Amino acid sequence: MSRNPYVRTVSPTTWYMRNGRYIRYILREVSSLFIGLYMAGLAMSLMRLAQGPKAWDAYVDGLSSPVALVFHALAFVFATYHAMSWFNVTPKAMRIRRGDDYVPGPLIVRAHYILWGVVSLVILVFVGVL
Amino acid sequence: MSERTIELEILRYNPDTDEAPWKQTFTVPCQEEWVVLDAINYVKDHLDSSLSYRWSCHMAVCGSCGMMINGEPMLSCKAFIRDYGRKIRVEPLSHFPIERDLVVVLDDVMEKLPRVKPYIIRDEEKPVEEGEYKQTPTELYEFKQYSMCINCLLCYAACPQYGLNEEFIGPAVLALAHRYNKDSRDEGRDQREEITAAHEGVWECSFVGACSEVCPKAVDPAAAIQQMKIASTMDWYLDRLPAGLGTRIKTTLMPRRTAK
Repeated sequence: MSRNPYVRTVSPTTWYMRNGRYIRYILREVSSLFIGLYMAGLAMSLMRLAQGPKAWDAYVDGLSSPVALVFHALAFVFATYHAMSWFNVTPKAMRIRRGDDYVPGPLIVRAHYILWGVVSLVILVFVGVL
Repeated sequence: MSERTIELEILRYNPDTDEAPWKQTFTVPCQEEWVVLDAINYVKDHLDSSLSYRWSCHMAVCGSCGMMINGEPMLSCKAFIRDYGRKIRVEPLSHFPIERDLVVVLDDVMEKLPRVKPYIIRDEEKPVEEGEYKQTPTELYEFKQYSMCINCLLCYAACPQYGLNEEFIGPAVLALAHRYNKDSRDEGRDQREEITAAHEGVWECSFVGACSEVCPKAVDPAAAIQQMKIASTMDWYLDRLPAGLGTRIKTTLMPRRTAK
């Protein structure tokens, strides 16, 4: 009897389709693209602001185009998913000692959501939405 | 006692006769309390004695009977038949070469295991007459979770990064390195970091988290790896502080780091 191990290859392009766990992960990674594009847009808005009122008005008009609206809706969904997926895994990296034990993971996750809510409220009040 | 019949589809591979693995389905009458391993044992005892697979304790302690059950890495002694439908698909653990049927080649992990020096390293051993190294329950609690690994390697079968790049040291071995780093008796973290902080160490991990989700002993390798990433990053910055400041911080705040 001889050894002749059979090696199964993993597809470098479709491996994440194998199960829901991998799909959730790849969505978290893809969400970074939308956040990156949104940040690029934000940087561009500052550039337009620096170029004067005319450039700024044109930029603001551009934001109400269907493409911009769809992109911002998608970016919002992905940014929310991105934040939630990272909040949920924070306890793995963050171990906070309290006496002989550690602060329970769910408490750390809840603290992140509460902080997120508070910061969002402050920003909404600051920009005059609330 | 109630009985149910299942269709057990097993991936077969005979290295002497087969070009590639193939599927074979067995009809197995099961008892209500049976686990998948019992059904496989039934096949071996009554239907096909040539079936090869590993198992030993039948109680989720030995870590031998890991396999893919309906695509999920599981201990077959812990997967109850009643939790599945009429058809159950069984394959050897993903990401490992198949030796024969459900037996996989574990050489890669066995080679990586000693590289992280999974034992207590001391700068100087104290004389025996000074007695044992004592630990408080709190100090034990720091690493106990990571010492519960049974080397079943379900985490490697779940980790897509290991599947894509077998240079990756991988979840269980890194968790074991973390176990010794967190042990109050150990002074060997700097030595282990040569392996763990390398690209093929913790930095190959992209935090999918699958390793921890499939771990049958709640070891949580993903947590160990993320904590090691933070420690390795801290070390990187400390090593770049001027005038030996980083070394002074290490020796005063992290006295266990001194072993050469």
